[in-house]
Amino acid sequence: MAAKSQALPSPRRRAGGFARRETITFYLLIAPWLLGFLLFVLGPMLASLGISFTRWDLLSPAKLIGLDNYEKLFTRDPLFWQSLKVTAVYTAVYVPLELAGGLVLAMLMNQKIRGVSVFRTIYYLPSVLPAVAFIVVWIWILHPDVGLINTLLSYVGVDGPRWLANPRWSLPALLMMSLWGLGRGMVIYLASLQGIPKHLYEAAAIDGASGWQSFRKITLPLLTPTIFFNLVLSIISTFQTFTGAFVATNGGPLDSTLFYVLYLYRQAFQFFNMGYASALAWVLFVIIMVLTLVIVRTSDRWVYYEGERG
Amino acid sequence: MSQPTRRSASPAGQTSASPYATGGTSKRQRSQAMQSRVRSTLGVLAALIVAVLFLLPLFWMVSSSLKPEYQVLESPPRWLPHPVAWSNYPEALTYVPFGRYALNTLFIAVMVILGHVLSCTLVAYGFARFRAPGKKALFLVLLATMMLPYPVTMVPLYILFSRIGWVNSFWPLIVPAFFGSPFYIFLLRQFFLTLPPDLEDAARVDGASTLQTIWNVILPASRPAMATVAIFSFQAVWNDFLPPLIYLHDQTKYTISLGLSFFRSTYDVRWGYLMAASLVTMLPVVILFFLAQRLFIQGITLTGLKEG
Repeated sequence: MAAKSQALPSPRRRAGGFARRETITFYLLIAPWLLGFLLFVLGPMLASLGISFTRWDLLSPAKLIGLDNYEKLFTRDPLFWQSLKVTAVYTAVYVPLELAGGLVLAMLMNQKIRGVSVFRTIYYLPSVLPAVAFIVVWIWILHPDVGLINTLLSYVGVDGPRWLANPRWSLPALLMMSLWGLGRGMVIYLASLQGIPKHLYEAAAIDGASGWQSFRKITLPLLTPTIFFNLVLSIISTFQTFTGAFVATNGGPLDSTLFYVLYLYRQAFQFFNMGYASALAWVLFVIIMVLTLVIVRTSDRWVYYEGERG
Repeated sequence: MSQPTRRSASPAGQTSASPYATGGTSKRQRSQAMQSRVRSTLGVLAALIVAVLFLLPLFWMVSSSLKPEYQVLESPPRWLPHPVAWSNYPEALTYVPFGRYALNTLFIAVMVILGHVLSCTLVAYGFARFRAPGKKALFLVLLATMMLPYPVTMVPLYILFSRIGWVNSFWPLIVPAFFGSPFYIFLLRQFFLTLPPDLEDAARVDGASTLQTIWNVILPASRPAMATVAIFSFQAVWNDFLPPLIYLHDQTKYTISLGLSFFRSTYDVRWGYLMAASLVTMLPVVILFFLAQRLFIQGITLTGLKEG
């Protein structure tokens, strides 16, 4: 923030006219975004709220029906609850796995080992791959008869399940698939791991701290801002899981992978229930907002900020 | 693969022992050095195992993509194709017009890159260098929109674009890019803040307008940041799925990801072809990744950490 005030020639002596010209320039420069925000974000959000009180198939005019969509959603739509359950269960299992897995990878990569950049590249590569190609490859890997996973399992005498075709294994299969993308979290952790001053560990070692102790007392506390950031991002993006469910299973079998956004997509673009889909969208928005707020509110209890950075 | 394991153990052991190396070697120091050597060997071993796990899916894809049709569904499967069916590649890519899909995606990507670089530079420069009432609040709004789930605005946006007749065209995927994107605005703003303002001041004293300053001073100094924006935009367009799925209905307008998904739902028995097509879909991103790995990682960590 310091650079900003330096940018201007002697801000203390600015005349009113200069300040006004600066304000005008600022708003002219940010006009594209501001316009885009009103046109593509704020406008649609409010419109979405309005549409959620209507029945509208885009062919006939919208009909105002008050809170009917919300009432139906909460009391008469088992698929809404199913999609919410699938998404919540998946998020509850995947997010901690992603946070811990990414951290483990980052710790591995924070060692002084030969070829560490090659390893890092290997871990990170899957997370930049196009989602659809990534998923298509995994559908093949999860093939019940000749897939990689069941072939490996057969070597140790295990008869693997029919993964994506079995309602009990479809969600775990998607979970396993997503773990191939752990490298993204790793990269973020790695940057902050490398920012931890070495002298802290040296001091701890002189005091006779074990590796585990310095991890618990130095690494983990100093990583909490990054863990916090990863947690928020991970929850927001996991709640929006769509492509995996659409391409790999199309919600099946028996709605066992009917993710929330997939259900929303069907309501909007297969059944053209725009009102109902908008209600679903707003419920999703509120859920994500509440979750984020809860995490932010509780963060001061477990997120550690260094004095000078705060 | 076993060679790096053996060799890397010693330098790691040396470095972690070095703080104590000043006063000769005691028993405790030696056992500590021993311990850290064991630990780093275990570390390398773990890194290797994980690397194999991460590479196996790719290996399986490449291997399957080169198997002749009759070998693909053979049980138990072979690890290596024999004979190697190179013809899977040209056949898969002509089975479905992948060239067309790639060109469509490339066109969208170029336009989106152009839109992002143009608009995000202006907006980010505004946020980085100018004072104005309401700026702080607007910046918070910008950060908040980064978190906004796409599905929330998906339906009204579709209605908006269908009313102006843009459904089944590339416009809904391109035009919003010219109105900036919070992620890249934030990234560029962070970068601009690191630039010393002296040059801009000099330009201003010489009578350059704001736009001239951006063009002559800021842009040349920001090549790595612009490259990051371009690469991320390309990758995002190349990987994007839900918006193209909603807006593009004509098969001739499909993007590469949409084409692959369509291919999979239509011909999902021809796994050799599907794996070949998947690999080709991945290739541009993989090449880009290897060319600009540093930028990829910088981009993520920059937006991931500052003010996180």
